[in-house]
Amino acid sequence: MSGGHQESHERVSVLQSVLSHTLLIGAVIFALYPILWVLSLAFSAGESPELGPIPVPDQFSMEHAEAVALRRSDDGTWIFALQLGNSLLISIATALFAVAIATPAAYALSRFTFVGKKLTLGAMLATQMFPGVAAAIPLYLLMDALGLIDTRSGLVLVYATSAVPFAIFQLRSAFDAIPKDLEEAAMVDGATRFGAFRRVVLPTVRPSLAITFLFAFMTAWNEFILAATFLNREENYTLPVVLQRYVGEHAAQWGHFAAGAILVSVPVMALFYWLQRNLVGGLTAGGVKG
Amino acid sequence: MTQEASSFGARLAGGRTSRVARADLSARASGFARALLFARSIACVALVLLAPTLAHAQRPTTVQLWHAYGDGSAEERALREVVRDFEAAHPNIRVELLANAFGAYASKLESAIPTGRGPDVFIDAHERLASYLERRIVLPFDGADTTGLEPTHLDALRSDGVVYGLPLSAKCAALYVNAALFSGEVRDLESILEASYSDPDARPLVFEAENAYYVAAFVHAFGGELLDDEGHYAFVGPAAESTVSFLANAVRRGQIPEEASGELVMRLFGSGRAAAAISGPWLAPDLPADLDWRVVPLPTLRAAGAPLRPYATIEAVFFAAESDAPNEARMLAQYLVSAEAATKRAKIGRQVVSTTAAWSDPELANDAFLATFRDASRNAVPMPTHPNMRVVFEPAMRALRRVLRGGAPVPDALEGGARVFDDLTRAMPARRDPTFALVGIGLALLFVVFSWVRRLRDPNERAALRASVPAYKWLVHAFLAVGLLVVLPLIVGGATSFFAGRGTDLHYVGLANYADILSARGGDLLAPGSFWVVLLVTVLWTVLNLALHVGIGVALALVLHRPTLKLKGFYRVLLILPWAVPSYVTALAWKGLFHRQLGAINAILESLGAEPVSWFAQWSTAFAANLATNVWLGFPFMMVITLGALAGIPKDLYEAADVDGATRWQRFRLVTLPMLRPALAPAVAMGAVWTFNMFNVVFLVSGGEPEGTTEILVSEAYRWAFTRGSQYGYGAAYAVLIFGILVVTTRLFGRKLTEAPA
Repeated sequence: MSGGHQESHERVSVLQSVLSHTLLIGAVIFALYPILWVLSLAFSAGESPELGPIPVPDQFSMEHAEAVALRRSDDGTWIFALQLGNSLLISIATALFAVAIATPAAYALSRFTFVGKKLTLGAMLATQMFPGVAAAIPLYLLMDALGLIDTRSGLVLVYATSAVPFAIFQLRSAFDAIPKDLEEAAMVDGATRFGAFRRVVLPTVRPSLAITFLFAFMTAWNEFILAATFLNREENYTLPVVLQRYVGEHAAQWGHFAAGAILVSVPVMALFYWLQRNLVGGLTAGGVKG
Repeated sequence: MTQEASSFGARLAGGRTSRVARADLSARASGFARALLFARSIACVALVLLAPTLAHAQRPTTVQLWHAYGDGSAEERALREVVRDFEAAHPNIRVELLANAFGAYASKLESAIPTGRGPDVFIDAHERLASYLERRIVLPFDGADTTGLEPTHLDALRSDGVVYGLPLSAKCAALYVNAALFSGEVRDLESILEASYSDPDARPLVFEAENAYYVAAFVHAFGGELLDDEGHYAFVGPAAESTVSFLANAVRRGQIPEEASGELVMRLFGSGRAAAAISGPWLAPDLPADLDWRVVPLPTLRAAGAPLRPYATIEAVFFAAESDAPNEARMLAQYLVSAEAATKRAKIGRQVVSTTAAWSDPELANDAFLATFRDASRNAVPMPTHPNMRVVFEPAMRALRRVLRGGAPVPDALEGGARVFDDLTRAMPARRDPTFALVGIGLALLFVVFSWVRRLRDPNERAALRASVPAYKWLVHAFLAVGLLVVLPLIVGGATSFFAGRGTDLHYVGLANYADILSARGGDLLAPGSFWVVLLVTVLWTVLNLALHVGIGVALALVLHRPTLKLKGFYRVLLILPWAVPSYVTALAWKGLFHRQLGAINAILESLGAEPVSWFAQWSTAFAANLATNVWLGFPFMMVITLGALAGIPKDLYEAADVDGATRWQRFRLVTLPMLRPALAPAVAMGAVWTFNMFNVVFLVSGGEPEGTTEILVSEAYRWAFTRGSQYGYGAAYAVLIFGILVVTTRLFGRKLTEAPA
């Protein structure tokens, strides 16, 4: 390769990286601007701070964040920690449960042909089409009959099952993308179908499992209406329910609301940061070589 | 009720469903509760017999008290204190307080009480009484001691001569005056509006002039009302016209600001840029300490020659049906209105308490703030409790907006409001005989069973079924879980679309709800708000959103996936933020950005020399505001899905392409795109469905403005079911239609999307 050619190649890639960063910085500004508003509401003193087009707190103050995060109940329990724990527990359990239910089902829908396959796929998609709140009261009665009102496991069940259809679709397409020879080779080597699934197929779809996990986690993490309706004790409340209590009938504590929103987002960010390692190069190229 | 909070509340009031199923269950639950009560009373008798020895061993009875006071508010603190006093005085009774989120409070009471999982007593505003009576979740306070309670407050809690609930306090609007800007005597409202102010930017008066709750004070001054005693819409005629003309003039002269929200009231008055504000006691805690203000009852309106009379809301403690501890509940309720407790509620909670004896306390007698609101509430009009009251606000607000924003002629706008009200409260479809439908369902079921049996007799089918068994083993748990907890509630919810009525009085109407919706209830099929126009808006909404979500999401993911890119993790985390912060917060933040006076977008426009835009006054800009918000919320999802799919593309495919001498574009078109498709297909299909049903953004950002034209099908469904007098069956019919449309569309176009090549 001649030196000149290399130079122009380099110039092209410099230009490309400038373009990439410009695009990304533009997107970051778009993504961050409204959040900057939430942030500066959260960290300004008082309820109704004056903010210019570039929202920067006039008077930086941790009063809202502290009030939200250090909230204690009458008997001195650190209730915020308890409720954060509820949210984490419910969301993680939801995600695990949804992925556990959806993975084998998605695998079956990807690999087997069976009577009623089309119907199953159609029904799964259809569950996503019916506006959900039409089902809220029947769901309440059902949970009541099962004795699951005011329990965290009841919420986990509801959230997980509502996340399952999408998880199935997501994972099914991940399985579809893997060549069949992969597990067939393992089965020729003496593995059972389940053994091949567990040891060969599952590791290959790790990125999709990570995304599905994140998605199911989010379903539970930000849900408010069902949690507010089903839970009858403050010790059982999840954070979105607590946050909504800052918005009253006549007056809202926007500062607390915003600070709470920021606090609620931190675990999601952490989870995403942790999961993204699974998104990048989680797939060993060697595994796919058939 | 502030506009924001009420619409927010209405949205979150989500999910009151199937009255039929519930009525049935509540009957069973009440039977169960009665049995329980019986068992308990036997136990009580036994205890009484053994009293001397066992009295001390008796476990305390628990009384559940629910409320929806704001977190950490003075009212909540006062309630906690008073409840502690009660417990100290009654060691055998334990009170469990539950603080509810206001947005979900009503719907939670309505679901929990009939199943026996509700409170024994709860605190709520008097105007919800009618709807609670419809649902039979409140009981009369038999034998309540009502001496010393404000008689007008008690009247507000009366229905058919029976008193439900004991009044705790009254809330109404009054006039806040900034003493630095206006030092004179408030003779009438005009004395404030017409005074000359040294600061040219100062507004004479700020209040929510498009909110019927506040405007009612003017209507009452002119001798009219919003709703008459029979529940007819009354925001028409001379009094309404005088009111609206008066407000329009004041806005035109700059005496009151346009499009004022609760936020703007707070901001302008709190920062000393308004001489006066009309608001309730809830404004006071947020006012800065250095502001010199006082409060007076709403003054006379010179133009009407009568005083402004605001609506009063009586907060009361209600006695819930299905209580396990009715006697203890009564004791608690009675204690809450006692002089002792009321004094504390007034002192700590800053409430205008209904117990007259509390006001002889010297500290309270000299409390100017409370005394003013007490005076104001005496002159106020208790908000009507008729169920139609909940329906009045939407048409009244539309009429006001048409005049104050759009400059429409006053009588036209008011007539338009009346038509909207009539449409919303139209007569229920007639009862139909369900026999025909039942027979039909029976026949259909028979047919299904029969065809199954026939298939099972076919040996080929049997072999196919046998071959399917291994697959079923992988599927059965998913099937059971989704079938029980997702599909079953949806079917029951969908079935309510064949019923009409309010509260617990539902009757079967066949397909009448569907016929009404599809024929735009007899109105113009192409008028705004008709099913067909809303459908068009919804389709446009879905297509534009999806194109932008996928376009932006895939483009960003491709850039982020470049192996040479620096700061990858940093960008990725920042770009995921719109997805990470809860959308019910960020949607409100976006609404704030588009605010007429306070919004950052108008501030930017003005700094660039452009005119500020009234974003929610026209369809195009309101729709664009919704779109911007939803694109912002949705692109990270597509980006994450694409990133995952890109990570799943085996590197050797690219290597092979390179060996074959493919160009960059060919690599993208021949390797990346085909490999992305199977992963993106379900996300796009689901994204389309979710966007079609994206309720939050439309409800929170534009709220359907202007005049309901930016409403999409699902938000219409919610409005009918929850804010328009709980016509649940009608809302459910919308939901079923949405479902039908989506099923048909995905069948027509979606085959490629859902059936990814294996």
